[in-house]
Amino acid sequence: MTLVMGAVAYDPKVVTIWDGFRRHLADRGLPFDFVLYSHYERQAADLVNGRIDAAWNSPLAWVRARRLAAARGASLEALVMRDTDRDLRSLIVVRADSGIENLQDLTERTIATGAIDSPQANLLPMSLLRRHGLVPGKNLTVRRFDVGVGLHGDHIGGERDAARALMAGAADAACMIDANHLLFAREGVLPTGSTRIIGETEQYDHCNMTIGPSADAGEVALFKELLLAMSYDDAALRPLLDLEGLKLWCPGRTTGYSALETAVDEIGFYGSDGDVRADGYRP
Amino acid sequence: MSAPTAIDLEDLGLEAGGYLLVQRALRDLPVGGRLTVRGRDAALRVHLAAWSRSQGHQADLAGAEPVVVKGSASSARWNRAERAGQPGPDGVVEHAEVRWGLAMRGALVEEGGPPLRVDLVDKDVVWADAARQLYLNGTARQWNPATEVHWDDAFYLPPEIEGAVVQVMTYLVENEYAALQIPARFIARLHPHYREVIQVLAIQVADEARHVEVFTRRATLRSDEVGVSGAGGRASLQTLLDEPDFSLAAFLLSVLGEGSFLDLLAFIASHAPDRVTREVASLSLRDERRHVAFGMAHLRQAVDADRSMLGRLRMAAERRHDALASTAGLNQDVYDSLVVLASHAWKPTSIATGWQAVQDLQRDMDQGRQRRLTQLGFPGDEAAELSALHTRNFM
Repeated sequence: MTLVMGAVAYDPKVVTIWDGFRRHLADRGLPFDFVLYSHYERQAADLVNGRIDAAWNSPLAWVRARRLAAARGASLEALVMRDTDRDLRSLIVVRADSGIENLQDLTERTIATGAIDSPQANLLPMSLLRRHGLVPGKNLTVRRFDVGVGLHGDHIGGERDAARALMAGAADAACMIDANHLLFAREGVLPTGSTRIIGETEQYDHCNMTIGPSADAGEVALFKELLLAMSYDDAALRPLLDLEGLKLWCPGRTTGYSALETAVDEIGFYGSDGDVRADGYRP
Repeated sequence: MSAPTAIDLEDLGLEAGGYLLVQRALRDLPVGGRLTVRGRDAALRVHLAAWSRSQGHQADLAGAEPVVVKGSASSARWNRAERAGQPGPDGVVEHAEVRWGLAMRGALVEEGGPPLRVDLVDKDVVWADAARQLYLNGTARQWNPATEVHWDDAFYLPPEIEGAVVQVMTYLVENEYAALQIPARFIARLHPHYREVIQVLAIQVADEARHVEVFTRRATLRSDEVGVSGAGGRASLQTLLDEPDFSLAAFLLSVLGEGSFLDLLAFIASHAPDRVTREVASLSLRDERRHVAFGMAHLRQAVDADRSMLGRLRMAAERRHDALASTAGLNQDVYDSLVVLASHAWKPTSIATGWQAVQDLQRDMDQGRQRRLTQLGFPGDEAAELSALHTRNFM
């Protein structure tokens, strides 16, 4: 048997990363291969249908796959995640000189978001706003930047466009993940001192390696062991870990997805059975 | 003094360079050590969390002030790094590792990365202690062809005399191309750990480029047409280009070839009928002396380290002689042109003078070669024998 993993090709580097990992795993006795998907929805469905044994899932893909599996009475395992997948926050950012002091001040204003399916730059921050009484189309105008739809926000373009719209005055606020606020500031997209953070989501988790029903238990155990053993000390692995954006793999956990489950339910992005129901979502 | 466990960024944001101060403060902490980060930037906590995550540290935001807990990854990159020798002349190692790549000598080299594709990686194969000094001399004595040659000098030569000068220049350019290509090829094969050698060779390439320029310019100064290129001369040069061994190439090119050219250029500098030709030969001679000096310095050191090198040098000279045995060697037109160049006039007495000068030149070349061969350690009779085997093409 070969453990077959799905990964979404949101960037050409995905091939470099998983080709390198594949050789590393194979050299250590794990028959492993990967297939590439152009978006997360088919990957999630294929995982649950047993076409692939594992999926390198976005948090939203985890939510959907979990629902698809649950609808069949099955459960999935979040095997591992990156150290950088834990305890993230999304931010609501305004221009420093805007006079907007808190989330309520956004009433009847325009907010720029990332792609429709971006947990960090749309779903989670919009859920935060909803809790503060801000309802899109009612007392809040949303300017969405749908870049890389189907990639669940892996493509940074939508977030960057939202930040640019904020600075250009085309929006009063913008949504982004904490790391990108730092990145955009360093890039000069959001010049130092030009923005203010007026809202933060609770901490949440990002991607995980999801194991599907078709996977062989022995192979899964070896897969986990080998991933957790990957060391940043290893010069052959280090460039791959750098590309994938981690220093070490951590055991998976599912405690950091409840906010996203709620956000998905609030707008009916997916049904409880994992059906794709979001209006205007075409990966 | 123990490492500080708190740092104050004041108004500086993490995105505006504040991370440098945090990084510096973390440097001296052990893995797991805690650094309290104070500051007035409103985004500090948020940015500290994101930055710590990306660096493999952890941010503890539970307390009143944010704390960074140092992770192991920041130092992991350098755990298996190694020093590529030391930067100074004393830091040259006997064997340079291709895994060091293009790293500066003495740099701390991170493990990994593609190996350098070079094969000259051992000091004894390429080194000369004099390399650094020769490089410094070379850079200090670069000359500007535009200003150091009196191109506007008003002279007139009878057409046949001018033709002889043009033919000699045509021949020189061809030879300079060989003298340019050979070090250029070795540069690409040399490990940059031996940077002084690369620097010497690079200056040599630049010298030859300048020689090509001035000889070309002199050839076309009065004439639209340049001279001939003989097949035998080119065959002779090809044997130099074909020599893959660094020391043997240095022997054939620098010691024997360019060594002979010292006398040839001195001959042109003193016998040429016009100032421009004398100047370009004289300026080039200055550079060629340095090239010969490097070849000699390298080979003396190589012979000192291993006397059997002399046998290899001898075989190289013999092999080249055999390879050229069936070729004409120097083009008769070039030889005749040297006579005419030194004759200055188309009269029997002048030709006799020119003829004698070229005879003397050949004797000088032979003696020069023998002297250098002796300096390398060849006994006198063997030096005479090897010198006699040298190509009729001079280079």
